[in-house]
Amino acid sequence: MRAFIQLLALAVLAALAPAQAQAPTGKVTVLTSFSKDVTDPFKKAFEAAHPGTTVEIQNRNTNAGVKLLEETRSANQVDIFWASAPDAFEVLKGKKLLQLYKPKATGIPAKIGAYPINDPDGYYSGFAASGYGIMWNERYVKANKLPDPKEWQDLAKPVYFDHVSIAAQSRSGTTHLTLETILQGEGWDKGWRTIKEWSGNLRDVTERSFGVPDAVNSGQVGYGIVIDFFAFAAQAAGFPVKFVYPTVTTIVPANVAVVANPPNKAGAEAYVEFILSAAGQEVLLDKGVRRLPVRPETYTKAPADYPNPFKDPSLGGKVTFDSGVSSARTAVVDTLYDQLVSFQLDSLKAATKAIHAAEAALAKKDTPAGRALLQEARDLVAKMPVTAEQAASPEVRAAFTGGKQKSARQAELEQQWAASAKSNYAAAEAKAAEAAKLAR
Amino acid sequence: MTIAIDAPRAPARRFAATPGQALLAALIALFLAFFLVIPVLTVIYVAFTEKGSGTFTLINFYDFARTDLFIASFWNSMYVAVMTVVLASLFALPLAYLTTRFEFRGAGLVQMLGFIPLIMPPFAGAVAMQLLFGRNGTINLLLDDWLGFKIPFMEGLNGVVFAQAVHYFPFILINLSAALRNIDRSMEEAAQNLGCHGLRLFRRIVFPLAMPGYIAGASLVFVKVFDDLATPLLLNVKDMLAPQAYLRITSIGLADPMGYVIAVVLIIVSVAAMGASAWVMKGRDYATVQRGGGGLTKRPMNLSQAIGAYAVVLLILFLVLAPHIGLFLLSIATVWSFSPLPDAFTFAHYTRVFAESSVFIKNTLLYATLAGTIDVVLGTAIAYLVLRTKLPGRQWLDWTASAALAIPGVVLGIGYLRTFFDVKMPDGTSFASFWFVIVLALAIRRLPYALRACYAALQQVSSSLEEAAENLGATKYRTVRRIVLPLMMGGMLAGFVTSFATAAVELSATLMLVQSTSDAPLAYGLYVFMQSPAGRGPGAALGIIAVVLVAVCSLISNWIIERNQHLRNTRT
Repeated sequence: MRAFIQLLALAVLAALAPAQAQAPTGKVTVLTSFSKDVTDPFKKAFEAAHPGTTVEIQNRNTNAGVKLLEETRSANQVDIFWASAPDAFEVLKGKKLLQLYKPKATGIPAKIGAYPINDPDGYYSGFAASGYGIMWNERYVKANKLPDPKEWQDLAKPVYFDHVSIAAQSRSGTTHLTLETILQGEGWDKGWRTIKEWSGNLRDVTERSFGVPDAVNSGQVGYGIVIDFFAFAAQAAGFPVKFVYPTVTTIVPANVAVVANPPNKAGAEAYVEFILSAAGQEVLLDKGVRRLPVRPETYTKAPADYPNPFKDPSLGGKVTFDSGVSSARTAVVDTLYDQLVSFQLDSLKAATKAIHAAEAALAKKDTPAGRALLQEARDLVAKMPVTAEQAASPEVRAAFTGGKQKSARQAELEQQWAASAKSNYAAAEAKAAEAAKLAR
Repeated sequence: MTIAIDAPRAPARRFAATPGQALLAALIALFLAFFLVIPVLTVIYVAFTEKGSGTFTLINFYDFARTDLFIASFWNSMYVAVMTVVLASLFALPLAYLTTRFEFRGAGLVQMLGFIPLIMPPFAGAVAMQLLFGRNGTINLLLDDWLGFKIPFMEGLNGVVFAQAVHYFPFILINLSAALRNIDRSMEEAAQNLGCHGLRLFRRIVFPLAMPGYIAGASLVFVKVFDDLATPLLLNVKDMLAPQAYLRITSIGLADPMGYVIAVVLIIVSVAAMGASAWVMKGRDYATVQRGGGGLTKRPMNLSQAIGAYAVVLLILFLVLAPHIGLFLLSIATVWSFSPLPDAFTFAHYTRVFAESSVFIKNTLLYATLAGTIDVVLGTAIAYLVLRTKLPGRQWLDWTASAALAIPGVVLGIGYLRTFFDVKMPDGTSFASFWFVIVLALAIRRLPYALRACYAALQQVSSSLEEAAENLGATKYRTVRRIVLPLMMGGMLAGFVTSFATAAVELSATLMLVQSTSDAPLAYGLYVFMQSPAGRGPGAALGIIAVVLVAVCSLISNWIIERNQHLRNTRT
């Protein structure tokens, strides 16, 4: 009860500033990809803080939300766009579908982990942070006698073969950021090697972000590479799952923005101010919401084991993230992953399995020739059809944007990349089999 | 007698087109143009343009043919669609034949239960199926415990075939049953008198006579499976055409024409398949003068036949209803994770759902009823124009309407926004945000189902009955109303029920068009629930409510129409 009164008092305080300017009334339409568990508490708290307003939640996945704003721009009906993936906001900003709005709320730092919280141009603001990590089903792990992973590299171990799931990065902006973090942290070639090594252990690559926690919750796969709140929400719902942040992880903000030409401008601005206010930030600690607030002082109200990226340097502090580099090659990196991993998963897995087998054989009876062959096999799997420079080059980018400088069409590049991956994986499988034979 | 199964070139005599028929054709063409062709063209014209410059080109189709992934996807889709038809026929044939041609207790119940798999709510159905048949689903966990092996029901292309056959076999069941009921029983009796029985009777007499219904169902299954993206994606199978199109069309911020190229390929294949099914039927006459009501009563079975028949029916029913059994368990489960059955049971999900979903239920019933009605009216009209008139270009109505099967819902949704958003209603709001647009989208997406059913029903009506009516002085309109429509009623009902039931659980186009929660249908509410772990139970509960609701409504409409027919029969 006391907490509630405190919350209410804070809410009133937070509401005062915008209330003096122009009291928000009427319907505030919020287009969001967040689930009911997240939107309902915010709707309640906002309506309580601003009597006379109602929040209309329109639930869409991020892609559908972006398309909706695009197609209805001539008479926009939406006040707020509210979602995780920063790249969706970048796309909307590029299409001039967002309204410039600098929140009045103070006390929010410029960065969380290594990632800037707000859009430097002021079109969208981070309101909560989330980190990527590994989630697993305890029953599954126990039944299959598997170890608990700690780091991304752990997932590349033979013991995890066929037990891991991830969302396709071309479908999930947050997965994209995780892979981009690895690429920036380890460099293009080494990063891709790491990514492909554990990708060879994947059970599947899903097209919905929520497909991964869903499969882990129900025990269809053992491990999922997920954003933290999926795991927290599953734990809150009683599922037997655990979660860990690896040391190299990104902490990325989830964002909120006012849509260009909002039907209820005062309401839209009040909504942004509210979720950035102390009262709004406390809603993030709610059992069903469980995201990391961007206000450092909110953590004092959090439960004891709550991760705090402002205190814990291991959370996202190890990597510096260059969003310029990232956005320059987004389409290329996404397409590379799809063509080299998602659509070639069977041949990649066959090669990985052969490499695991060869390694086991060599561990019993080591031969230098076998080691050399195994290394060749690994190099073949890791081999990239383009270098980092090529990936960011104007010629390749133009193939994806339809620019004039393109040297080849996107479909041609995709075919080349897929074909080279396929033959490399087949060759790797053969080399690994040869290595295993030498050890016998 | 008019039966002439293998007699080539014995076409039903066609009547010349009257001005009224021409007007009807023009109205339907306009409707299809406005609500299908134009919206879809505003989206997929991209397939014919060069990326960046926007100039016309066919290079994208050249790229399609040169990309290994697309070619492999094409053949995978082909394989899955053909195998699904085979498996679905194996499910549907025994159910349809046993329940319509024999004294079979519970035939009505079997028919109804056999129809339920079609009402598979989005997401919930796939989740439930994974829980039962998945790698660590109930069956595999039990098999692994007891016998030490697992069966990959849900893996790869064959997993897609299994899931699709379970979901779509009712198309064959419904259309085949309607056709079987329409057969003149004296045909069977004549054959029996001549010493024909058992499988031979079925193979040579009954099945050929029911061919229009079977072809209608099988072609729907083929095209639907070829164009379906939800099931492969939920099973994580991506090397098929429809998922490839979807993945490319819906990626954020990428302007890739290949997604639309694939959509065009899907449309071409669908129309070709429909054309092929019409071509197979060409030059054959399936009409009989007498309806199924005549002749002897249904045949009795002896004890061993009966035991065999019930065993087969129960096994099939268990297989095809498994997703719904799983869904029901999920809806009363607390936590269900890596175990054959949920940890504990509760009714809390239902109370939560009932409290907040009554508006969804009302909207769903309204939208699905309207869409189903529009579909049956259009389907009957198109079937009549194609089969009974000589209007030039009448086949195009059929093909265009059938092409709707191949349009991904999201493409139709975007097309509607693009075409209608700037059309203002009298009160100044956009036409695209008017709830009736959702009904139109649903009607267009489900029109092929109703159309095939009506088409098959009319094929089984002998035109000599209409000629007789007209010779006795009835006008064309009166002939249609008093002779054709009553005779087609069974097929029209099948069409309505399929359109209604599937429209009630459709999501992909709706998701683009719902502009406020108060206008949203059940599927949208379900979608919102299924996005969080805590929402799985309530989502499943909402799914079960949808299934029960749709099944009850279908039963009622079935009952009303059968009663009316019965009344009419006793009057005459």
